[in-house]
Amino acid sequence: MNVQLADWPDILFATLKRAGIAQVGYVPDAGHARLIERCSADPGIRDVALTTEEEGVALAAGASLGGERAALLMQSSGLGNCVNMFSLARSCRFPLLMIITMRGEWEEFNPWQVPMGSIVDPVLKLCEAEVYRVTKPEEVESATERAVQHVFGDERIGAVILSQQLIGKKVWVK
Amino acid sequence: MSGRLERRAAMAMLLEGRADDLLVVPGLGSTTYDLAAAGDNPKNFYLWGAMGGAAMIGLGLALAQPQQRVAVITGDGEMLMGLGALATIGIQKPGNLALIVFDNGVYGETGMQPSHTQSGVDLVGVARGCGIATCLDVADEAGLRDLAARLKSLCGTLFARVAIEANEPPRVLPERDGTVLKQRFRAALGVKA
Repeated sequence: MNVQLADWPDILFATLKRAGIAQVGYVPDAGHARLIERCSADPGIRDVALTTEEEGVALAAGASLGGERAALLMQSSGLGNCVNMFSLARSCRFPLLMIITMRGEWEEFNPWQVPMGSIVDPVLKLCEAEVYRVTKPEEVESATERAVQHVFGDERIGAVILSQQLIGKKVWVK
Repeated sequence: MSGRLERRAAMAMLLEGRADDLLVVPGLGSTTYDLAAAGDNPKNFYLWGAMGGAAMIGLGLALAQPQQRVAVITGDGEMLMGLGALATIGIQKPGNLALIVFDNGVYGETGMQPSHTQSGVDLVGVARGCGIATCLDVADEAGLRDLAARLKSLCGTLFARVAIEANEPPRVLPERDGTVLKQRFRAALGVKA
């Protein structure tokens, strides 16, 4: 399959739609900008802008209690904000699908992104989340599908990690 | 303490003649015990943790179940930990969500240490500033009756701060297994994962 670099957010969106995602919580993020636009424009998805990522963990739990599927979009820095709130998903086995754009791991200009970015994988592991890492556009669909199956099929926590190689580096000087 | 309501009586009054379509999410600690004391119901989703998350659980649930009404009944300390949720809910404006804060000005669970509300933080003002249309400050029985009536015919997002006496009634401990609470709640609603 020949997947153009710029297409992956649309592929990700289509995969989430096929999975029946009805609520999408997010904190605005450059890496997720296109996906957020697609979600906001879709009448079948309620997009919920959050003030902090942990709100999204609770939102997803409430959605699941009410029989809807939610996804939470965030940047790696937001993962640390969620850690205690994960106890909600872990204690009740709520499905929690996170799509995380990476910072601080590759061609990172801002060193303040490194402390959180560098511990994303171990933090997720400690929180009993399955990790599906994507470094190439052609991996987006299958990784997301596998995450969806795990998260909603087994009511677990799963995180699709969109690496900085995939997203491209942030331009700091314009 | 004068001018404040007794928490168990307040919870009982709010839920008197509870309609079948009312879903209740309390905060961890005292409001969970108050809700259990008012009578167990599969449409209660008790919290034993996730401090700061009650309002957002209520939002996700209210959006997923627009035909039902959702009441989050939590404490001042729990609400203070997730104040951003008021901003998030303020822009979502769900028509079927009520956020009710039992404000006793202290952290009852940890030994009655003062919360910010005791030093003047005004939760009703915060909620109003976040764009929540109806914001009530309830300090007496008449106000509580009005709030109970509004819960029965909720239209638009509602925030209410209820001034509660800082007492500690005997704990009434509901089910603690989160998976049990989740499954019975879904079953009562007739929804699947």
